Amino acid sequence: MIVAEQKPIREIWEMVKDFNKVLVIGCKGCVTVCNVGGAKEVGVLASLLRIAANKNGKTMEVGEATLERQCDPEYIEEVKDIIGEYDAVVSIACGVGPQFLSERYPQSRIFPGLNTKFMGGAVEHGVWSERCAGCGTCVVHYFGGLCPIARCSKSLLNGPCGGSSGGKCEISKEVDCVWDLIVRKLMEQGRLDELRQFRPAKDWTTARDGGPRTMIREELAK
Amino acid sequence: MNDFVPQIVAFYCSNCASAAADVAEGLKLELPDNIKIINVPCTGRIEILHLLKPFEKGADGVYVAGCQEDSCRYTSGINKVKKRVEYVKKILEQLEIDPRRIEVFSLSASNGQEFANLGVKMSERVRSLGPNPAKG
Repeated sequence: MIVAEQKPIREIWEMVKDFNKVLVIGCKGCVTVCNVGGAKEVGVLASLLRIAANKNGKTMEVGEATLERQCDPEYIEEVKDIIGEYDAVVSIACGVGPQFLSERYPQSRIFPGLNTKFMGGAVEHGVWSERCAGCGTCVVHYFGGLCPIARCSKSLLNGPCGGSSGGKCEISKEVDCVWDLIVRKLMEQGRLDELRQFRPAKDWTTARDGGPRTMIREELAK
Repeated sequence: MNDFVPQIVAFYCSNCASAAADVAEGLKLELPDNIKIINVPCTGRIEILHLLKPFEKGADGVYVAGCQEDSCRYTSGINKVKKRVEYVKKILEQLEIDPRRIEVFSLSASNGQEFANLGVKMSERVRSLGPNPAKG
């Protein structure tokens, strides 16, 4: 999933404090799963904005909506009849949501309520960890199913650096050295020699280095 | 300020705090009538929104009374709500609202005296803080 966190409430308040009618729009996709942008969090943020408005002696009407997803045009349509009634919109989806809303409703003032962090998963309740860097050419099978691009601080593809110590990365004792994990796993599986195989340099044009990306599926596109 | 009577919302666990309320009743101890009690089957069910709504609607203070950590009927309900109360305290601080307006307490089922004391204690604390600055 895409993992995000809410911006500090002070920052959100500064964005919208001069508006009289504000609509908070959540998303039932990834950000609901990581407990930051679903219907529940829409209610919390709306309540906080009302409290902030009262505290600052302002009159602010705060509306609430949660879309099936904010990354699909058909669901962005769900607010077409109400969005015009509001002076400002706070999207608590990943960074895609406020952009899709801005593109569909060019007259509306759209603000991001979240900071999008990474693609990852829940390693325990309330704890998420990065797993994918979206490089466009997955090679985790070369590395025991572990991604050194996303999980090595230097994205090294040819073994650990000198900063690996006791299975931890030099940037923090909390961060595993993924190369330590890769080597240990391949040793356990008796496949360590696979790391010695020659492979051409990775083609990074499929990653962000190739510029903004678009994917077209001919069998699906009109 | 001396005439100020704070309006307080109190969430009480049905398993321990409400039992303590029965004991208090037997002891002829009563809560101040400015405290509105909401009984919940387990304090672990109390969401952040439940803790914020009273402030949004004008309450001056909120507190939760639940089980002791080692004897929660549902194992971890009180631990969950303690984390949520801490979270709400941090958000209130960001909004420049005194975080002492919200609190969580552990209570044993037999402690009727403490049941009554909590209400008085929170009432006094919130009275000293004055009215909720976010009262519309």
